[in-house]
Amino acid sequence: MNPLDFLLEPLSYDFMVRALATSVTAAIVCAVLSCWLVLIGWSLMGDAVSHAVLPGVVLAYVVGAPFALGAVIFGFLAVALIGIVRNTSRIKEDAAIGIVFTTLFALGIVLISVTPSQTDLNHIIFGNLLGVSWADLTQVLILGAITLTILLVKRRDFTLYAFDATHAHAIGLNPKVLGAALLGLLALTAVVALQAVGVVLVVALLIIPGATAYLLTDRFSRMLVIAPVMSALAAVTGLYLSYYLDTASGGMIVLVEGCIFALVYLFSPTQGVIGKRLGAMKRQRMLAAQ
Amino acid sequence: MSVPAIDVRNVTVHYGDVLALDNVSLSLAPGRIYGLIGMNGSGKSTLFKTITGMLRPDHGTVTLAGQQPALARKAGAVGYVPQSEDVDWAFPLSVRDVVMMGRYGHMGFSRRPKAADKAAVAEALERVELTDLADRQIGQLSGGQKKRAFVARGIAQGATILLLDEPFAGVDKRSEGTITKLLRELAAEGATVLVSTHDLNALPKLADEAILLMRTVLLQSTPAEVLKPENLARAFGLDVTAGDAA
Repeated sequence: MNPLDFLLEPLSYDFMVRALATSVTAAIVCAVLSCWLVLIGWSLMGDAVSHAVLPGVVLAYVVGAPFALGAVIFGFLAVALIGIVRNTSRIKEDAAIGIVFTTLFALGIVLISVTPSQTDLNHIIFGNLLGVSWADLTQVLILGAITLTILLVKRRDFTLYAFDATHAHAIGLNPKVLGAALLGLLALTAVVALQAVGVVLVVALLIIPGATAYLLTDRFSRMLVIAPVMSALAAVTGLYLSYYLDTASGGMIVLVEGCIFALVYLFSPTQGVIGKRLGAMKRQRMLAAQ
Repeated sequence: MSVPAIDVRNVTVHYGDVLALDNVSLSLAPGRIYGLIGMNGSGKSTLFKTITGMLRPDHGTVTLAGQQPALARKAGAVGYVPQSEDVDWAFPLSVRDVVMMGRYGHMGFSRRPKAADKAAVAEALERVELTDLADRQIGQLSGGQKKRAFVARGIAQGATILLLDEPFAGVDKRSEGTITKLLRELAAEGATVLVSTHDLNALPKLADEAILLMRTVLLQSTPAEVLKPENLARAFGLDVTAGDAA
């Protein structure tokens, strides 16, 4: 098979075209958001919110409301409950997060089990990339575009919030509003990515690209380019691999993301465990040669 | 007397059941440097947070530059130099990026820098002598340079009130001198500078007045007066003399 056929053959199936568009969109939106999440230290929060939206999505399905609405409501509910448990008891934040999101996730699973439906709601949990309909894809594209636009237009404010919330206060901005906006976008993003990889693996798309980019550059503006490019590449590679190896597509995408992170962790010129040493040895050789 | 730059009237702040500030009143004039002295837990950080708007007082009022504090903050009057331990020095921003954040209040919805913003940042960097290091990641600066970068942010912002939280912690003597000189210049141009510090020896050189805080203002006077052992003893406990306090 020549390389062009290798790339084109899967695309002769409509379902593969939709899968590719969905996964690349989800990968890009998640990756951009992940740049802030890893810097603020909200990775666990990303995990929590992406799981906690499940009952919201199921209830939205039941009453015929947009998934995004249910997801955002339950996303904020999760964050509020975590805050209440942390602030009003001796329970630390990590435990509060663990308690709240697993309970809400469990509620979602129970709701799925009692909800009669034509589409299999279990697909929300593990994703069903190859079964994405045109309607699903349209929703992903619209939500993705909204989320991405807000993130990019307000990127400087979000970065200020992540870096120095006190300064934001001092110049009359409201960091609480910025934080809440970021959490709302997190819930929307979770809905976008549900289709691609499912609730369980969304968190990978929300952490790995930002973390990978952070190991490659000292500039936030460059992270915002590296993370989505890397993640889109992982989505495409993962999908093709899953097609030819006949493996789970969502799982394959995340596996590729993890492998790219591992390579960068080892070989990043400035931060890599091995790359740093290689760079130092090269500099020494050059010094010795002079 | 001119309008005070910072006017704090009977401010009380609680954290839950803990009383952090108890009926604090202060009046700080433009063009002067004030040293804020007190033990850990004496309310220095709380006072800063009340001025920056992070905390809302339970009672009392804050007036900044003769205005409602929210208006003064929106106008860019309040510049803040955080404590070193409150900053993520590995954050992927350059010195120039950080100084540019001082301009955000003057920018439009998406904070896209205009020529005037870039010029203000360049001028502020020149002023603190960091022009050559402007494109370094902030963590790659020395302790004193880091402080100057944040002072530059306040300058670019056009702040008339500058708050510095422990600016001399982890800073060598020479850099401390550079920063002190810079703050004196800014005060001479009319800025009000409030500096919390543990370094009592440097106080007379730095500050025009000192404020002794212990949840409430014990004393506001000249550094020499505040540094008298009997006064320090009231804020720090009994066996303390100037020099090795804190």
